[in-house]
Amino acid sequence: MATLRDETLEIRSSSDVVRVRQVVRSWAAELGFSLVDQTKLVTGASELGRNTLEHGRGGRVRVEMLNDGSRRGLRMTFEDEGPGIPDMQLALSDGYSTGTGLGLGLGGTRRLMSEFRIQSEVGKGTRVQAVRWR
Amino acid sequence: MERIPILKMGELLLVTIQVDMHDQLAMTLQDDLTEKISRTGARGVLIDISAVEVVDSFIGRMIANIAAMARILDAQTVLVGMQPAVAITLVELGLTLPGVRTALNVERGMALLRAEVQPTRVGLGEADGDAEG
Amino acid sequence: MTPANSRLPEILKRRESEILERWIKEQLRAATQRRDLLPEPQLREQSREFLSLVAEAAGKGSLTSLDGPAWESVRDLLGDLSRSRASQGFTPTETAIFVFSLKQPLFDVLRQEAGGQTEALADDVWSANTVLDRLGLYTTELFQKGREELIARQHQEMLELSTPVVKLWEGVLALPMIGTLDSARTQVVMESLLQRIVETGAEVAIIDITGVPTVDTLVAQHLLKTITAARLMGAECIISGIRPQIAATIVHLGVDLSAVITKATLADAFQVALGRVGLVVQRAPARS
Repeated sequence: MATLRDETLEIRSSSDVVRVRQVVRSWAAELGFSLVDQTKLVTGASELGRNTLEHGRGGRVRVEMLNDGSRRGLRMTFEDEGPGIPDMQLALSDGYSTGTGLGLGLGGTRRLMSEFRIQSEVGKGTRVQAVRWR
Repeated sequence: MERIPILKMGELLLVTIQVDMHDQLAMTLQDDLTEKISRTGARGVLIDISAVEVVDSFIGRMIANIAAMARILDAQTVLVGMQPAVAITLVELGLTLPGVRTALNVERGMALLRAEVQPTRVGLGEADGDAEG
Repeated sequence: MTPANSRLPEILKRRESEILERWIKEQLRAATQRRDLLPEPQLREQSREFLSLVAEAAGKGSLTSLDGPAWESVRDLLGDLSRSRASQGFTPTETAIFVFSLKQPLFDVLRQEAGGQTEALADDVWSANTVLDRLGLYTTELFQKGREELIARQHQEMLELSTPVVKLWEGVLALPMIGTLDSARTQVVMESLLQRIVETGAEVAIIDITGVPTVDTLVAQHLLKTITAARLMGAECIISGIRPQIAATIVHLGVDLSAVITKATLADAFQVALGRVGLVVQRAPARS
């Protein structure tokens, strides 16, 4: 598998999240994703970006254009050194945060992606990797 | 600070979202709208998202919140112009936007509101021509 | 990694023109030459270029892995060659044999260069063999990929043509589905329905499945998702033409259609739709 392009963006403010959305949109369009798939990618990026900012207290995302021989894809890896996720089951459920910080709605975001992996350790941080193949 | 303009059209308020909103802008809109409904006594709110390409859970919640707060202030909310890609993504995300009416465009949205919203000046005073006061 | 003492790259470079001549002679002699498809001058040119690029790549890169940048020009050439030969009517085997036929003349030269040193000869022959096998197989892979892309394109076209969205009346669309639905087809069709709803400003869409013999969970879920999405956009969907077998399947699968309007026939659905858009059908006054 080859990485055709690679960029890391800092996520420290909500306008950084807007920038992430723009980059993901532009790369997805370049890869030739359908409009619906582009929207799924950008929406997923927005969800994960906001989680990184709000819950992770800031972090970064690495966006990569992939070529897996027969197909192309976009991979996003969000990382933070925040408090981590104590209850993974709750985080992956479909409940959305009511402001108390519970239920990050990751379950819904997972459905938007082809591949989705999440690792988190309380006190250390969280890492979410999501891929969408064309 | 940038704000999204809110247009008053009779008893309706119209908001047209045309930018990729960052979170603060969305929160400001929510506050501005609630304040204006209360101040003007508007009975209907139209939110036009025909130019919006991404609606994530934050924006979705903002819309649901606006509808809920508007209802408390005796106003109906209609969301219009959602793009197909956005609709499909929202369904996949599991966001149902409870309590939010929808219509295809501003025109249909206004027709919907006109039919739903009861006129304000109805009551005992009308029979003999007195205003309600 | 390149064995430290492999002489293959050096031999290829030094005796390139001789190897080329032997190889071309070999190809012209072969039964699979296909003079009808590829004239001799072109064969010469393709062989010359291939050998030259291989010699260069062997000198710069690994002899065991051909993925690296050193072999890129060889891969590109084989890509062009595969494509052009496929369109000329060569079979994938014939194209692969173009690469494999280089073995014999190359081994002959290696034997000469070995000067009786059998172990060194064995190493060189093995390296050459590995490289040419990989390159030959690469052409077959490319051929297959090309076919897959073609099938995918044709499939997509077929999907788009097979289920047109029909305007029954101002503000009323119908989607008559016919044949077995698979997940991919349903998805494409549903997206196009939503697009048409926006384009025509339709408030009601009738999804008629009279012509659908069976429905599985995935398809039922796609249908439900589409109906929910249409509602978010401000349009209502009606499902019509559900056969008893499908009704049984839907209940059996536990799919919840309680929030969806369903009608037995397209005609019934049309009547409901007209009501939704505020229309009534009246009998025309009798002519006297």
